[in-house]
Amino acid sequence: MRQWQDTGNAVAESDNIVVETAEKIFADLADPQTINNDKKDSWQAPLWRALSEAGLPLSWVPDDLGGSGASLADGFALLNAAGRFAVAVPLAETMLAGWLLAQARISSPEGEMTVLPASPKDRISLDADGALSGRARGVPFAKTARHFAVLAHGKDGVSIALVDAARTRIEAGLNVGYDHSDTVTLDKVQPVAIKPAPKGCDQTTLMLMGGVARSLQIAGALESMLDISVRYSNERVAFEKKISKFQAVQHNLARLAGESAAALAAATSAADAIANARSFNDEVYLEAASAKIRCAEAAEKGGGIAHQVHGAIGFTMEHILHRYSLRALAWRDDFGSESYWAVELGRLVANRGADELWPLVASR
Amino acid sequence: MTAALRFDPIRLPEKCEQLRKEVRAFLAEEIAAGTFDPHKPNREDTDAPEFSRRVGAKGWLGMTWPKKYGGQERSFLERYVVTEEMRVANAPTRRFFVADRQSGPVLLKYAPENIKMEILPRICRGEVCFAIGMSEPNSGSDLFAAKTRATRTDGGYLINGTKIWTSSAHIADYMIAIFRTSPPTKENRRHGLTQFLVKMKQPGIKVNPIGQITGQYEFNEVVFTDHFIPDDHVLGEVDGAWKQATSELAYERSGPERFLETYYVLTELVRAVGPNPDTRSAEGIGRLVAQLHTMRRMSVSVAGMLEAGKEPVVEASIVKDIGTVWEQQLPHRVRDLAAFVEETASNRETLERQLDFAIKTAPKLTIQGGTTEVLRGIIARGLGLR
Repeated sequence: MRQWQDTGNAVAESDNIVVETAEKIFADLADPQTINNDKKDSWQAPLWRALSEAGLPLSWVPDDLGGSGASLADGFALLNAAGRFAVAVPLAETMLAGWLLAQARISSPEGEMTVLPASPKDRISLDADGALSGRARGVPFAKTARHFAVLAHGKDGVSIALVDAARTRIEAGLNVGYDHSDTVTLDKVQPVAIKPAPKGCDQTTLMLMGGVARSLQIAGALESMLDISVRYSNERVAFEKKISKFQAVQHNLARLAGESAAALAAATSAADAIANARSFNDEVYLEAASAKIRCAEAAEKGGGIAHQVHGAIGFTMEHILHRYSLRALAWRDDFGSESYWAVELGRLVANRGADELWPLVASR
Repeated sequence: MTAALRFDPIRLPEKCEQLRKEVRAFLAEEIAAGTFDPHKPNREDTDAPEFSRRVGAKGWLGMTWPKKYGGQERSFLERYVVTEEMRVANAPTRRFFVADRQSGPVLLKYAPENIKMEILPRICRGEVCFAIGMSEPNSGSDLFAAKTRATRTDGGYLINGTKIWTSSAHIADYMIAIFRTSPPTKENRRHGLTQFLVKMKQPGIKVNPIGQITGQYEFNEVVFTDHFIPDDHVLGEVDGAWKQATSELAYERSGPERFLETYYVLTELVRAVGPNPDTRSAEGIGRLVAQLHTMRRMSVSVAGMLEAGKEPVVEASIVKDIGTVWEQQLPHRVRDLAAFVEETASNRETLERQLDFAIKTAPKLTIQGGTTEVLRGIIARGLGLR
């Protein structure tokens, strides 16, 4: 654990029971070094079991719908912690799925879930017979999920459905972080349950929510990348001194700290905005879109520095750095890339007009 | 494996929004009255002493200070709102900005009571302008290399030497400066400097303006020749200025002025592209707005830490590093994006005039008030690397 030396700030120990529980499980069963040494992925089942027993995957599902009813804020903090461990089981995805289903008062089943669509460009349609059709690309962990929470468009508007994964066609793929990112095709699939989405809950809402989840994970991964980079620079000796004593290395690490800080600030601010929002208005849109854009940029810049500090060792499969760096890069793509959100945010700003830009920024 | 770096999502309290409305209304009146032109960013050309007094009359100077010194005992978050609204409006703040942000707080902490009673209420009324005397011809970022001497004499000190790059010294009524009272020791090269309050426009002080690449004369060389400073103008510990400098830096480095210096070109770009921008412009604007929003949230967060009585020196350094690099690059990014703006855009001339000035201003932003290199050194120390 690293402490700031001259600020006197308390260490960011969690004061949150959900996060505390999760961190304990991650430390016991998702230690990045242990996982990285395990070539058979035998760590996955015990980790998922422990998370499920603690009710964490269904954090955002109220008690009466089968979940553990944690607040949005606690769930977001949990995702940030998951990012700090580069957790590679569908925790975020199941949480998002449970949250989406709960919007339409649909109970969540047990087991791994994911949400679709996972890209703002894909659409699932609902026909007059109540069947779902369409294709969703880049769906995280679709391959291993038992159920999907699906947002679909019908002639009467937006619906939310619970779908049995076995009734869909899945083309498996991997993202740059070696996690499942699959194409799911629905061809007149009858859902397990389906209900109209409440007013104000549409595909944009899902993308913003997913984007903020990813932002928090990226911020967490960057915190850890900063941590292990600082530690490594204080151990590694070159030219007869620790590389942390070279000014060029120090300045790189200072920039990494800045990127990590920016990602954390953007992501926690957006999470706070959503947790306290009555509706997804322009202000919340600014927060959520900005978080995804800025965290994605930080993943590139910050992750690049972490690798530079580590040199060749960080480029090996044996080292844990890639567990963070590649996942942070992969998470950029889910629920709308930074380019997508930048275009959308730019249009929103232009449409409101030049003199409304500052009032929008200052409103946060 | 928990990092201790936090930027909690501090929200400005409701009373800040009421204040923001008041500030905007006041600035709108000033603009309507012709005090300044919000589309003209080279506000440093305008010295506006009357405007300064009107801002003081509103109670917006020294607003966090105790009432007995003319302050309002309001929060740092309220001061934050006033500062950012003034900056975004391109209001002519030069006359009071340094005194309000930096010099007043130093006096509050280190000046004797008689000096506080004499000067602080005048800062609050917008009557006095301050300069900061740190850099010398061979001592910029390396503050502790300062050589200008303060030699003991009857009832005070005699000052000999030269300060340089001193903003506003030509209009300032006072300067807070560091002078050498003793040589550095072997163990501590920072030892031997003392902070003083200097009354400007007195015998033994000569101010020579220095032309800047923007075409403005905003900073100066200040030459001291046997200038007398009385004992009660010593601020804090003799030979111990190095202990006093750090906490102020958090105030100096994390404010909205550390990322809004060239903001006006972004507003003007949004105006130029109109309500239906092409994809390229939209993406460029979206990224810039996301970056701006993030920095402001970080900066507000630091203001919240200051309000809570913390000394977030590292966090403030991060805000200034990221913020000044951003505001430095902003005019160039806006220029890129404006390359395809229609020749017929109604504000094209305004945008071009602003870009011209912002591009000339940009190089100083990562130098003044702590260079990028110094800031990254402070951050590295916070990370335990030095």
